[in-house]
Amino acid sequence: MFDFLEGYDLLGAFWVTVQLTVYSAVGSLIWGTLLAGMRVSPVPLMRGFGSAYVNVVRNIPLTIIILFTAMGLADTFGVTMGAADDVKTRVFRLAVLGLVAYHAAFVCEALRSGINTVPVGQAEAARSLGLRFTQVLTLVILPQAFRSVVGPMANVLIALTKNTTVAAVIGVSEAALLMSEMIENEAELLLISAIFAFGFVCLTLPTGLILGWVSKRVAVKR
Amino acid sequence: MTSVLYDTPGPRAKARNIVYTVVFLAALIAVGWWAIAVMADKGQLDAAKWKPFVSDSRVWTTYLLPALGNTLKAAALALVLALPLGAVFGVARLSDHRWVRGPAAAVVEFFRAIPVLILMLFSNEFYATFTDISSDVRPLYAVVTGLVLYNASVLAEVVRAGILSLPKGQTEAAQAIGLRKGQTMTNILLPQAVTAMLPAIVSQLVVIVKDTALGGAMVGYAELLRSVRTMSGFYANIIPSFIVVAVMYVVLNFLLTSFAAWLGGRVQRGRRSSGKVLTAEQLEELESVGPEPVTDGKSDG
Repeated sequence: MFDFLEGYDLLGAFWVTVQLTVYSAVGSLIWGTLLAGMRVSPVPLMRGFGSAYVNVVRNIPLTIIILFTAMGLADTFGVTMGAADDVKTRVFRLAVLGLVAYHAAFVCEALRSGINTVPVGQAEAARSLGLRFTQVLTLVILPQAFRSVVGPMANVLIALTKNTTVAAVIGVSEAALLMSEMIENEAELLLISAIFAFGFVCLTLPTGLILGWVSKRVAVKR
Repeated sequence: MTSVLYDTPGPRAKARNIVYTVVFLAALIAVGWWAIAVMADKGQLDAAKWKPFVSDSRVWTTYLLPALGNTLKAAALALVLALPLGAVFGVARLSDHRWVRGPAAAVVEFFRAIPVLILMLFSNEFYATFTDISSDVRPLYAVVTGLVLYNASVLAEVVRAGILSLPKGQTEAAQAIGLRKGQTMTNILLPQAVTAMLPAIVSQLVVIVKDTALGGAMVGYAELLRSVRTMSGFYANIIPSFIVVAVMYVVLNFLLTSFAAWLGGRVQRGRRSSGKVLTAEQLEELESVGPEPVTDGKSDG
């Protein structure tokens, strides 16, 4: 019944999906946190840049960003991510770059709403101790904000997992690209689709369940 | 008004902020300078590559506007079809009967857990194999089907959250005057929930518009993003095309977002509904996958 699977690296493709997800998640967490920091910072230019970035990036389709990394950044600007000769590595890294650029905007917004949930007294107390802005943010506000946004962050992570399929448009050999190849060449459309659907359910459902549990555990009781 | 996160800057902080501003500005200018230098080097800033957008009306009449029309058509069709489907599943998930609630929940959670691209690829191949829809319109069918399957399940959660956000008294009052369950839903709960949901539905339209771009890239639907390829093939202006199309998306989605915000304010002021207004933020919270829905904390009750 599963003869048609022969010659296709199903697990390999899903492994690429997982790698894309993990690298992009780490990257967007870092870049998104920096953006959130900019958006609440005392420097007007940074605030302006942060909100302009978020509002522009959130309104552009991810497909256009990913496509731009390949057709614009790599082909025109010569940004090859240190893999000029290795096409496979290059498109993978470019896809990660695009995914980070896009999802950082959502991480930033999630984090900013988390910062808003921290009671005003916390920041006031921190300031009255004489802490500077960076200290207030990194020592007092962000640790509490992170704990309250595990739920929204989980949603961003799940969306990210699903959005890694967009990397197929620049030829990253992940699950969606393999699926489009397989349904082109094999007859078992329903079975193939069911396998890939199942694969993604396996990736996203546990993420939601585990992080949902974590978010209840770490939430700041107020 | 200053932020609660930092004190009103004194002389030293002001000086420091100026230094930060200068350094940050320098970094931005450096990146911008590099980008412009490369673009000039590759000839992407040549007037000839930008000129078609203002002087050659064919850019708009043959490429951009029909493509924008296709994007809007797919998005509008997807929303119109997804709304009733979403309403049915949203209400079904609230049913008193386990055998209605269970399958509806399973379907909704299943389609929310799967990437839209997978759904589009599947529908495209499905239509190609099992139906005789002509290949000109098949991409549109595939894109709309994929979008409907996904967004109906998201909207189902929106509908459910909208209904759950209504005060319990509404149901109780309806029961007290002798309305049946179906009547309570259609006459009391849904009309109020819909007004509360309107902003969230418009925000979802932004997501749909963005997702139509996938159809252009993978299924071959002639929408806005696809016009970048055809147009830059004709005018050899890849970067200008990308920029113009990106700006079109940003403007379109910005208009939709502003409309959603305006609608939210209006609904809130109008107070036609006893429910809370579902905003875009709450909609994002609904994106979660799992058995426990996020419904503004009211589902626990």
